[in-house]
Amino acid sequence: MLFYIFAALAVLSGAYMVLTRNLLYAGFSLLVTLLSLAGIYVLLFADFVAVLQLMVYVGGVLVLILFGIMLSSRVHDKSVLSESVNKGWGIIISLLIFIGLAYTITRASFSSLAWIRTGAYADVLGYQKSTVQSIGIKLMTDFVLPFEVASLLLLIALMGAAYIATDKQNV
Amino acid sequence: MEQVPLEHILMLAAVLFSLGVLAVITKRHAVVVLMGIELIFNAANLNLVAFSRYDPVLLQGQMFSLFVIVVAAAEAAVALAVVLRVYQHFKTANLNQIGENSKS
Repeated sequence: MLFYIFAALAVLSGAYMVLTRNLLYAGFSLLVTLLSLAGIYVLLFADFVAVLQLMVYVGGVLVLILFGIMLSSRVHDKSVLSESVNKGWGIIISLLIFIGLAYTITRASFSSLAWIRTGAYADVLGYQKSTVQSIGIKLMTDFVLPFEVASLLLLIALMGAAYIATDKQNV
Repeated sequence: MEQVPLEHILMLAAVLFSLGVLAVITKRHAVVVLMGIELIFNAANLNLVAFSRYDPVLLQGQMFSLFVIVVAAAEAAVALAVVLRVYQHFKTANLNQIGENSKS
């Protein structure tokens, strides 16, 4: 039941993000979408991913997007609005994508897969009631190479973003 | 507690994905296009986490979604830096006007 409330919130605010012309309203409705997705992650027994979603997306990416809106639009002459183009083609293409995905999801019988049938009755969280410890152990054993590559990627992105955004005339 | 059917979660992810595609196609402000891309990332993440529920020992879906979040954060930082530079250069963040200005 709680899942459907969060799903309705996510879909409604996502649709409002697409429909509205005001950039700030779009940013805040994206906030509602990301928050309800974090709630859905909790319901899917992914507590660490939910907390990371709150910290990275809601606390980081969304603030960055709001800064981008404020810095890249002149508020005083109403250019905080953004017009839409290609409405017909956009609706047709996204409807086609959605129909294709929905057809595939309804036709594929996921419940007949062996690992999903055995996993459906598994005790997901085990005796720890949290995924934090197992994720930490996996990050240091099975996934240590992607972990280090991700840290290198973050360093490169930090340096690249700082270099690109620097105003070179005033340095 | 009964579990939510897997198909419903996948349908929610499909709806969010097509909304993101719609935002990317129809919006002309560069920051809103970035928001649509974030919505697409989140739809993919939701699929990964939904399938990871049936894999409680290995948790491969959750690990993959962690790396997706990391890459999405790096992408957002670099893309917004590029948008700021483009806005300083062309004095607009509208993608159509940028295309027209860069032709002349």
